[in-house]
Amino acid sequence: MTEKIIHVALLLILPPLLFGVIGKTKAWFAGRVGPPLLQPYYDLIKLARKSMVFSRTTTWVFRAGPVVTLSAALIAGLMVPLGALDSPIAFTGDLILFAYLFGLARFFTTSAALDTGSPFEGMGSAREVTFACLTEPALFLALLVLAKASGSLMLTDLLHGPAEGFSSGMVAPLVLVGIGLFIVLLAETCRIPVDDPNTHLELTMIHEVMVLDHSGPLFGVILYASSIKMFVLGSVLLHVAFPFKTGEVWIDVSLFVLEILFLSILIGTIESVMARLQMRHVPYLLIAATLFCSFGFLLLVR
Amino acid sequence: MVSPMSIKLVQFAILCAALSGVVGLFVRRSSLVGQRIATLMMVFGQVCGIAGAVSFFHSGEVQSIRLSWPAAGDSLVGLDALSAFFLIPVFLIGGLGSIYDLGYFPQSLHPRNGRKLRLFYGGLVAGMALLVVSRHALAFLFGWEAMALSAFFLVSTEDHRRECRRSALIYLVATHVGTLSLFALFSLWKWSTGSFILDPAAGAGMSFGVVTALFLLALIGFGLKAGIMPLHFWLPGAHANAPSHVSAILSGVMLKMGIYGLVRVLSLLPDPPGAFGGLLITLGAISGLLGVVFAIGQHDLKRLLAYHSVENIGIILMGLGLAMLGRSEDRPEWVALGMAGCLLHVWNHALFKSLLFYSAGSVVHGAHTRQIDRLGGLYRRMPLTGTMFLVGAVAICGLPPLNGFVSEFFVYVGLLESGISEDGGGLGAVIAVPVLAMTGALALACFVKVFGSVFLGNPRSESAANCHESPFTMRIPMIVLAICCFAIGLAPALLGPVLDGAIRTWNGGATANVPGVGDVAPLREIGVTSISLVGAVLLFYLFMAIRGRRSEKAGTWDCGYAIPTSRMQYTASSFAKTIALMFGWALGTRTHGPRVEGSFPEPSSMESHVDDAVLDRLIVPLSLGVTRWFRWFRRFQQGLTQHYVLYILITVVAMLCTLMPFDEFITRLFER
Repeated sequence: MTEKIIHVALLLILPPLLFGVIGKTKAWFAGRVGPPLLQPYYDLIKLARKSMVFSRTTTWVFRAGPVVTLSAALIAGLMVPLGALDSPIAFTGDLILFAYLFGLARFFTTSAALDTGSPFEGMGSAREVTFACLTEPALFLALLVLAKASGSLMLTDLLHGPAEGFSSGMVAPLVLVGIGLFIVLLAETCRIPVDDPNTHLELTMIHEVMVLDHSGPLFGVILYASSIKMFVLGSVLLHVAFPFKTGEVWIDVSLFVLEILFLSILIGTIESVMARLQMRHVPYLLIAATLFCSFGFLLLVR
Repeated sequence: MVSPMSIKLVQFAILCAALSGVVGLFVRRSSLVGQRIATLMMVFGQVCGIAGAVSFFHSGEVQSIRLSWPAAGDSLVGLDALSAFFLIPVFLIGGLGSIYDLGYFPQSLHPRNGRKLRLFYGGLVAGMALLVVSRHALAFLFGWEAMALSAFFLVSTEDHRRECRRSALIYLVATHVGTLSLFALFSLWKWSTGSFILDPAAGAGMSFGVVTALFLLALIGFGLKAGIMPLHFWLPGAHANAPSHVSAILSGVMLKMGIYGLVRVLSLLPDPPGAFGGLLITLGAISGLLGVVFAIGQHDLKRLLAYHSVENIGIILMGLGLAMLGRSEDRPEWVALGMAGCLLHVWNHALFKSLLFYSAGSVVHGAHTRQIDRLGGLYRRMPLTGTMFLVGAVAICGLPPLNGFVSEFFVYVGLLESGISEDGGGLGAVIAVPVLAMTGALALACFVKVFGSVFLGNPRSESAANCHESPFTMRIPMIVLAICCFAIGLAPALLGPVLDGAIRTWNGGATANVPGVGDVAPLREIGVTSISLVGAVLLFYLFMAIRGRRSEKAGTWDCGYAIPTSRMQYTASSFAKTIALMFGWALGTRTHGPRVEGSFPEPSSMESHVDDAVLDRLIVPLSLGVTRWFRWFRRFQQGLTQHYVLYILITVVAMLCTLMPFDEFITRLFER
């Protein structure tokens, strides 16, 4: 029971901090002081208190976008084990529901964008669904490799690996899958090199341009949901990258928090040292992710 | 013996359907009486039929009756779990379609072709129900042809349009090639078992060659009807040009008769080799991926939906292939998962595809165009149609919490199980998992495109701006189907026993005991998670609605541009552009124009087409070539009656000659 409460608390409280850490890292690279670590929380509180403006073109679908995204992200977060903690919802094949929940969120986010009738938001949603066609196979191949390695179709068992730990023959496949999953994480959470959340030009954005018309609490929901998404996908990746656990709940939880903060620093570093790829080159990166995962699978079954 | 009540009800339903359109032939053309009687008979009959099928699921005993049919030995009509399973969509969509007909195709507005439509609609439903319950090859073929020919007349309902006649004729050719293959199939069956009765026990001890031949013939014959990828060429045109409720039953139910035939014949074949399952999964993966890719390239709403049927047939085939693999490798849990995915997707596709075609019909009815790029912003004027289309779209993308997710879940879990099994027997099946994932993502892209550009944003044309909501009779069927979609998605555990019965019947020939669906798939957990998802969404939405009660209304913020027009919106074509480019090797999009020259260019226009890969690039050129070779036959066709009489005479003499032995013929000829 304690573990479940910790799980839910981490899921609800921690995610915005990742954005804070990324912001601080980027500021450090640029030689600035940067906003405080807790800035995303202040932003959320500020947005929650504002009023909303709706376009005359929109229908209820526009409001459903953020709402569905948040619900899907939260339920997906309950299905993924955080560090050594087991997930509260677990059943055979939950990895499929996990992946498809993000699909549902994507359906409503992109529909909400089209609801405004603006060409920019149409562009953003077209890019979002197009690139998802390439990340989805990569994600499924990665989960398949992990399922094959652990012999289970339940996310908790699959990510924790076999009881005796991964054998040495699995190291190479796991490294490849880790790289593939990291690319999927960057693409799904719309970070550089796939998308630049800070650009000035709406023409070159993916996620940010889809939410141009959302304001106030609805926009806050979007920010919160996307931080949860990063948190959830990040914790999937951490199982592959750092499969260590001590068996002591509190040590494991603190270890997990440190790991995920380290992951945000890594993302921040990538954002600081790399430029965004040209839009037409993004598919190459995503296909590379699929190839990494398929080579991982081949290595595992050879 | 107790009177087989269920089958009596089913027979009554078939009779009602077959006769429903006849009354209309005897009343005045412009009178609505015939149409109302037809709908009444259809609905009453179909309710009886569904009651029959459901009461069968309750009792569970296999029923059959012997009808005397001297020409072909006695005919057998029977009801088992598999038949009852396929009867439900036939009767449900059949009945709902005839209600929809009242609003969509009223006799008063279509005096010329309304009566024909109703006559053959009844024939189609009756034919499908007959072929599902028959246990005798000839009765099966009788039902099959009744269905195929009725469908031809239904597709050609609006035969004043050239495009419609062309699609109907292509369909007729395709269906008869399929029937030819079925003739061969059943003749071979008769030859190897000695009887036309389709009984699993009869197939024992067949040689491997016969089994393979039966499998391939069934794959071609039934595959043509089901629309498996290289054999799908007749499907988009036929479904796009039929009236919408006919498209719904063709796409939602008639394609499934191909699947039913395949499922039935495969259940008769003893000891299938693993290659059968592998071939089915490969074909399923190809149909799934290319079906959705071609759908993305379409500009016509109904054509797009038709290509999605190819995709869904692909998913159904993957499930079937997995079940076959399970039988070959003796893995009962693969059989259970694969078959559950296959069968449940048959139901689900019938539900959401009919829902989508009904709402597309409502769009055509309200806005008078099928061109996606001329629609837009329909949601404000047609909220119910829009909501129903949204439900169908979420369901067809296989997203939780609707029914499409449950059946895709079975297929996924089955494929993954076969992939992670230790002996690696089903390793090939695992290639299908990423393909299925990509298919899902592409379907999502396609339906966001359609829903977004048809219902959301601003109207792109005058007719879209002045559209109107559909009448009551068209809305009822949509609401019923949407409720079914939600029910299966939120409470999949209820379907466990029904699926178990059908799977056991299918696997009747094999000895292995198949586990229940509820034991291999966590139906209850899926239901609970889906319900909590819906609950969370409603809760948050309610909160946001209360919070945004008094919020301001303003124009869309177009990055500072003050007077955007509706033509500046992102169109469906531009939405799909990148994906169409990625799959350019398959789509082969042809673009004409625009020509922009000089500093002050003239007005110009641009259009793009996506041809069907098989029909327009393979079959049509090939048939044109064949026509050239056969040109010399025209010498015999001079149009002179004398010549034709001579041909008849020659034929008669030739046939008479075969009546007597050859040497006797020679001796008699030279006797005098």
